[in-house]
Amino acid sequence: MIDILNILLTDSFWAASLRIATPLIFGVLGALICERSGTLNLGIEGIFVVGAMCGWMATWLGAGLWGGILVAFLCGAFFGLIHALLTVPLGLSQHVSGLGITLFATSVSYFTYRTALPDVSSPPRIEPFQPLDIPILSDLPFIGLVLFQQTALTWLALIMVLLVWYVLNRTNLGLAIKAVGDNPNSVDAQGLSVYAIRMWAIVVGSALMALGGAFLTMSAFDAFFFGMVNGRGWVCIALVIFASWRPGKALIGALLFGAFDALQVRLQTEMGAVVPGQVFLMAPYVLSIAALVIAARSADYPRALLTPWYKGQR
Amino acid sequence: MIRIEPREKISNSSTIFIPIIAAIVSLLFAAIPIISAGANPLIAYVEMAKGVFGSVFAVSEMLTRATPLIFTGLAAAIAFRAKLWNIGAEGQLYLGAIAAVTVGSGFFDLPAIFLLPLIIVLGACAGAVGMVAPTFLKVRFGADEVVTTLLLNFIIIIFLQMLLEGPLQDPMGLGWPQSAPILDQGMFPPLIDRMRVHSGLILAIILAVIAHFMIKHSVWGFKLRAVGENSSAAKHAGININHSLFGVALLSGGLAGLAGVSEVAGLKGYLTADLSPGFGYAGIVVAMLAGLSPIGVLVASVFIASVFVGADSMSRAMGISSFLADLVVSVSLLCVLVGGFIAKFKIVRAGTGKKIL
Repeated sequence: MIDILNILLTDSFWAASLRIATPLIFGVLGALICERSGTLNLGIEGIFVVGAMCGWMATWLGAGLWGGILVAFLCGAFFGLIHALLTVPLGLSQHVSGLGITLFATSVSYFTYRTALPDVSSPPRIEPFQPLDIPILSDLPFIGLVLFQQTALTWLALIMVLLVWYVLNRTNLGLAIKAVGDNPNSVDAQGLSVYAIRMWAIVVGSALMALGGAFLTMSAFDAFFFGMVNGRGWVCIALVIFASWRPGKALIGALLFGAFDALQVRLQTEMGAVVPGQVFLMAPYVLSIAALVIAARSADYPRALLTPWYKGQR
Repeated sequence: MIRIEPREKISNSSTIFIPIIAAIVSLLFAAIPIISAGANPLIAYVEMAKGVFGSVFAVSEMLTRATPLIFTGLAAAIAFRAKLWNIGAEGQLYLGAIAAVTVGSGFFDLPAIFLLPLIIVLGACAGAVGMVAPTFLKVRFGADEVVTTLLLNFIIIIFLQMLLEGPLQDPMGLGWPQSAPILDQGMFPPLIDRMRVHSGLILAIILAVIAHFMIKHSVWGFKLRAVGENSSAAKHAGININHSLFGVALLSGGLAGLAGVSEVAGLKGYLTADLSPGFGYAGIVVAMLAGLSPIGVLVASVFIASVFVGADSMSRAMGISSFLADLVVSVSLLCVLVGGFIAKFKIVRAGTGKKIL
């Protein structure tokens, strides 16, 4: 018990938690925007892979780090657009389309990577994002130490939480997005395009998901590996329900998850001799299921989630 | 502007033609990545065809690959019919395989006539167990089974790695994370001498035929369709939805478990953590291409297996990455989705009501 307390009091633990949470923050925000507008996006796992591969490869080819981020963003938007076309105007099964996008995006990424680098044993590395030193903030006690160890992408994720919260709760656009996910007929009656709002939400949400993937190859690591996303996308889908579709709660959920994951790694090094390491590796997935079960009962699903809407058909 | 309207009647031939067109389109689409990899697509297609139909051995390899896909395809088709989104076939496959090597590798030294059926039954039960928790959490707490079954896939694979480094590890395996081999009498007999295709294929075909008759001609099949198509009406008609869901879930998980049994007791002989190159996920594509029909699953498995085996042999001959197969498979899924839309809806001009498609 004392050991756990000691771990919880170190700044490196909280810095690691925030680092682990960063891709999830992007992913949960992206999924949240899609679902708030009424569409489940199970393409998230594949879009993470696309973001990780494209962002890294663009940087490796010389586009620079922010160039890589832009490429990842656009690639995520592209696969989001496919999902949007299939699920919004065509109104096809969101489950199957999303899984199809995941399979498609993953195989495109793997094929491209293998074709560009046919026979490398150790993947080429890039110079990843470095921790950002912000003058006054990093001088704060403890919090400064936690934040001082983060890269620009983590800051971007935190800014995105604020931005998404602001847009959803303080603007007409946010009102329209939420309305289109709850009662599309009312939006249509006001003369706004349900199709356009839903499709834009999916495209932008997917682009954000891709940034979560890009964080993995451009900040957390410096290279791309097969299977590196490893279910993070699915975890985000569970976290959105846990966060009951609110950006603030999404941040808390991602941070909690990051903290448990960071704790798990530290406990593994201390208790590795007694308990098999795999027990700890399972923990994040078990935790996600637990979070889902806790939240599911009282979950206030967007009312039109999973329901296709066709113009002129009531 | 254009408008989308449901067709008055959906033609019967569309259920057969749409998957075929989707398959052809996805194969044609493969030309793009083949050209971008700097190869001639025509030669690549010829290489693929040779790899699948060029010899008895090639056909045997294709059918060997199709066998687990039939099981996972049936698992997805039955679950999806009841709108139960079991995406956990990959994990359930491994549960079946774990059960198979646990009882089959010397735990019971029985003659073949008892050992093989025991392995099959316990493997199916293990797969079914994998669906108990997600279904319970769905029925009791309303937890989305998509997420729980997906996450369980990861949990089960880590659990398997733990077993393969612990209790299931082969003491004669020089420390490799692999299980002890299944006894000879516990293995599916081969169908052709010196070929890999085994009698697991026969079991798969029999189950597909049984599933077909159960869905079409039994009360259970009627309930299944009722629950999937209109659950509130089904409830009104006095069908116990939760009971039906559990039945479907156990069947689906059991079929996925059999995919693991057939791979480990039909092909590999022992269990490793890379037994399945995504058969569980490919099963979803098989089921969708099959229009969720069990007989269709047989045909769709042959197509998907051909893509995988063909791409493998083309990859060896021309150096194009075999990830091409996954690409074709995923595109075929998206195509069949769009095809299903075209079968159900027509696109008309909003003003005049004139039909465009």
